[in-house]
Amino acid sequence: MFKINTISGIAMGGAFVAAVVAVLTFQRPPVDVIATGDPGVGMELLYNPPAVTKALGINQAPPALPAIDVGPPAGKAYKNVQVLTNVSVGAFTRLMVSMTQWVAPQQGCTYCHVAGNFASDAKYTKVVARRMLQMTIAVNTTYANHVGDVGVTCYTCHRGMNNPSQIWFSGNPPGAAAGLTQQGLDKDLPAPAINGSSLPSDPYTPYLLNNQPIRVSGSTALPNGNRASLENTEWTYALMMTYAQGLGVSCEFCHNSRAFNEWDQSTPQRVTAFYAEAMLRDLNSNYMVPLTPEFPAALRGPQGDVAKINCATCHQGVYKPLFGAKMAVLFPPLLGKGTAPPAPAPAAQ
Amino acid sequence: MPEYQNIFTRVQVRGPAHYGVPLPSGPWTREGKPFFSHILGELGNAQIGPFYLGSLGLASLLCGFIAFEIIGLNMWASVHWNLILFIRDLPWLALEPPSPAYGLHLPPLAQGGWWLMAGFFLTLSMLLWFVRVHRRATQLGLGTHTAWAFASAIWLFLCLGFFRPILMGAWGEAPPFGIFPHLDWTVAFSLRCGNLYYDPFHMLSIVFLYGSTLLFAMHAATILAVGRFGGDKEVEQTIDRGTASERAALFWRWTMGFNATMESIHRWAWWFAVLTPLTGGIGILLTGTVVDDWFLWAVKHGVAPHYAALYGTISDPSAAQGGK
Repeated sequence: MFKINTISGIAMGGAFVAAVVAVLTFQRPPVDVIATGDPGVGMELLYNPPAVTKALGINQAPPALPAIDVGPPAGKAYKNVQVLTNVSVGAFTRLMVSMTQWVAPQQGCTYCHVAGNFASDAKYTKVVARRMLQMTIAVNTTYANHVGDVGVTCYTCHRGMNNPSQIWFSGNPPGAAAGLTQQGLDKDLPAPAINGSSLPSDPYTPYLLNNQPIRVSGSTALPNGNRASLENTEWTYALMMTYAQGLGVSCEFCHNSRAFNEWDQSTPQRVTAFYAEAMLRDLNSNYMVPLTPEFPAALRGPQGDVAKINCATCHQGVYKPLFGAKMAVLFPPLLGKGTAPPAPAPAAQ
Repeated sequence: MPEYQNIFTRVQVRGPAHYGVPLPSGPWTREGKPFFSHILGELGNAQIGPFYLGSLGLASLLCGFIAFEIIGLNMWASVHWNLILFIRDLPWLALEPPSPAYGLHLPPLAQGGWWLMAGFFLTLSMLLWFVRVHRRATQLGLGTHTAWAFASAIWLFLCLGFFRPILMGAWGEAPPFGIFPHLDWTVAFSLRCGNLYYDPFHMLSIVFLYGSTLLFAMHAATILAVGRFGGDKEVEQTIDRGTASERAALFWRWTMGFNATMESIHRWAWWFAVLTPLTGGIGILLTGTVVDDWFLWAVKHGVAPHYAALYGTISDPSAAQGGK
């Protein structure tokens, strides 16, 4: 009798552990399956209804202020206007109030402006905001191949917070390991950015800041000079996981998983994602990195680098930011209307 | 009459402890005084021991221990010797091979040298264990089927971690030692080579793997089902079929028209099991060396259908831009 109890005790203990793991890590069924291809080709998107409900709740565009477009150009009416020079005072003020709601609803105007001297550039936040305004305009005007007619506003990333919640810093502080044991590991620890996997934890720096080749697959059946290693592949794999996680989708949103490399079996979304890569490299290296000295140390990463942008920064777990709400079109200056041509990037540190 | 309709063994035959046939004279004897365990008797034989270590067994265990320590201590070091993190993150930790930049050269210990050393001792440990199994079988007057089945597994291990990296010219092509990391490596391997499922030797390996489990289930079910007629005396029944053997054969002829014999079923099972890693290893050796992209290979040879465009004409935008 005792032995039967022992055995069933072990079995029940094992079942309990398995149940705890399942409850904590698995998504509760049912899962919605949406087929996007012909029957039998396995092009299916999986959506977990509670996760979709949650994403819908936190990805709604805020109401826009009524449109105003009256008054003289802001560049003539106010001092030290460098970007929105030919925007009417009415549209200028509307945008400034909206930016406050999007980025600093608690602090108000003085988050960026010196009280009593709005023209002053004394606060770093104003310098950063001006550059971010230029970046937003650049995204809407030069990267239509990625943002389409949805566009971006400050709110796309900021969501009512001073600093966007989804940002990245270059990883792995130097000297993570010491002595005779293996060193230089940039993987093999739980990586939250890579869906908790043991893949390389910072695939952003090589691909979304620097321009390392992402592609590892060959273009011919037989070896033909493709030297991409399995190590390269793991890095690309990690990068792709961040795309999927950032957009809340599985591989099949862009790829046919039987042949990840084949463009003619991929979805149009893969082309859209492709254009984001060049865009992110541009934004990170020409807008974010030159701002590094402006930011206080507390807002920088462990290696002193500035916060940078990836898919999740705008998408926040949704296939289109704010489920494709067309916010930018409601703010013509953000589409470049009446703005000064983009200034050259400030000299890097 | 013993009953076999139970997930555990219901029959425990107890006699005096069996010490085995006499050993040839040598420095080693069988170690330990045999004892009986009822719980282990539920799963297998209740008699535990004596155990024959032997010089090969000792050397194998020593080499295995060295490899285990190299891997474990490097993993522990990667969480700064923090015991809690070591236990919590153990499935994520790994000992990685050298960077591909080292090619087939010997890297410093901290840059992958430990991986090479661990691999060397682990390989040595397995080869010594193979010889040990072979020698134990020979000394008992058995065939050496077990040793050669184990050799098939060693073949796959060496294809992944030794032969293919040499053919590719870099230790960095080999898998890491680690639980999740080696799984990530496996996925990366398939991603890099354009989907390993289109590798015909990988297909064969899967056939033999699933076939092995199917044969195992069919055979075990058959023998348990005819146990009430003495069907567990399989070896005797190979040449002297009894009612159990007749009924088992008739059962399969009724259900699928054809049946194995008490002998042939074990040959089927042995070959299916042995061919699983054997064909798998061939599939690994071909990947990256003579075939770079298995999907394109499969399309070229009519193995995989090439779908008509599913989403209109989607083409590589970098071709239009002239860059990556």
